[in-house]
Amino acid sequence: MIEIRNLTKRYDETTVVDDVSLTVETGQIAALVGTSGSGKTTLLRMINRLVEPTSGTVLIDGTDTATIAPHILRRRIGYAIQGHGLFPHRTVGQNIATVPTLLKWPEAEIRARVDELLELFQLDPAQFRDRMPHELSGGQQQRVGVARALAARPELLLMDEPFGALDPVIRAKAQEDLRALQRQLGTTLVIVTHDMEEAVALGDRIAVMDKGRLLQYGPPDEILTAPATPFVQALIGEGERPFRLLSLSTVADLVQPGEAPGPAIPPEASLRDALAECLWSGRELLPVEGGGIVTLARLRECATGAGAATT
Amino acid sequence: MIARLLLGLAALFLVAFLLSPDSFAWLFRPLTSNNAPAIYTQTSLLSLTLSHLGLVALAVIASTIVAVGLGILVTRPAGREFLPLARTITSVGQTFPPVAVLALAVPVMGFGAGPTLVALFLYGLLPIFENTLTGLTSQPPDVTEAARGMGLTRRQRLWQVELPLALPLILAGIRLSAVISLATATIGSTVAAKTLGEVIIAGLLSSNTAFVAQGGLVVGLLAILIYEGFQALESRGARRMGTAGR
Repeated sequence: MIEIRNLTKRYDETTVVDDVSLTVETGQIAALVGTSGSGKTTLLRMINRLVEPTSGTVLIDGTDTATIAPHILRRRIGYAIQGHGLFPHRTVGQNIATVPTLLKWPEAEIRARVDELLELFQLDPAQFRDRMPHELSGGQQQRVGVARALAARPELLLMDEPFGALDPVIRAKAQEDLRALQRQLGTTLVIVTHDMEEAVALGDRIAVMDKGRLLQYGPPDEILTAPATPFVQALIGEGERPFRLLSLSTVADLVQPGEAPGPAIPPEASLRDALAECLWSGRELLPVEGGGIVTLARLRECATGAGAATT
Repeated sequence: MIARLLLGLAALFLVAFLLSPDSFAWLFRPLTSNNAPAIYTQTSLLSLTLSHLGLVALAVIASTIVAVGLGILVTRPAGREFLPLARTITSVGQTFPPVAVLALAVPVMGFGAGPTLVALFLYGLLPIFENTLTGLTSQPPDVTEAARGMGLTRRQRLWQVELPLALPLILAGIRLSAVISLATATIGSTVAAKTLGEVIIAGLLSSNTAFVAQGGLVVGLLAILIYEGFQALESRGARRMGTAGR
């Protein structure tokens, strides 16, 4: 669990982060969203002390991070950034082994861990271990960057726009993979993004920041249905709101008994996909694979924020 | 490919000429007059070449240690204020004519290799220092950020990330310094250092163009070979990092 208490960062007269407090529960994903200059990256960098706070504290599992030497602290926290920051003079394997090597793991264990991670990220170890970073595609470099951040099994992972340099197709896949991986490993994750779509797709909690202040911190559906300020509302984008709400739930959440003609939709598809299918095929009812139906009427209800939670 | 072949031929010619200068007398004879000797025999060309190279190597190693050390010092937070001073020292070292250094050093150090070493050392500082500085200050920001974020200490960042990334540029600095020193070392013979300058000076004093030509030829070939050798090393490093042609 990370507790951020009254964290403030000032450079001379400018306040970059202004009295921010928030808590991220163990195993959850918190997405920090805001425009550039909102202070979200500075807030993230204060967690691993790449930036020293002017005032306030960060507690990780109850321990004040100010009491731990910065380089020791950072070896315990995974860190992945936009443009991956891989060391160009080291092989993929050496890059991934960075933190375990710093922690002086036995060599055999490091080697096993590197191969394990490469496999986890769908990169064949025999093929990729000894390649140089510049020989990989953008998507592969990004995966190696995340693998490197996870190498020493940190309980906390910080990511700063990790998918910022990827094209939209690879990006959606990378988000999906990250989400699955995080669920599997149970890592607590704080991710900075300027993209509300990404925040909604990944975050268990979303923190909206503007001009250094935390405007709202809550689960995605709360942010979408009850934006605290006009700025939050603007960031969500009103035209997109119903679709973002629908993308939060799956067909399985909304399935009701019944039968309908036509091709069926898988239960793990999002409600947004279900709506798209209704509109495209001109149907009011969709059968769900494995039995039951979703109705257009219920989808419309959900899109107004009445929520799948009520079913 | 052709360039490689030419370099190989040049190296072969150089070795053959140094091992058996007399076999090449026919080549230099046209440059002599009044039956003057075509090949310098006062001291063996091979031993002059080796001593010339030794002198240059020693000076370049010393320049490298000092210049890279200064470069590291002034890019650390604690040493930043020394940057103007270090720049001044290395620039003066470069602009002060080596001949003047010799003139000033001889009364203190006497004749021999000493004054030449000092002159070459001072002369070679600037290129290595400036390149080290550029290499250490132009690192990709995301790599620096990642290195800090991973928990590398300052020292680990220097040795494991910053210096390896700056290496191709530092090598380029050493290359320049070595080539400049190789040519400049010839003037060391005016104060009795054993260098190939001896052959050239003997040629000038006795109006024997053949001596001047063979001294200049050996120095020139050495410079080309050393230059190419360093460049091959640099581009190998750059290729490995995927920064070739940057």
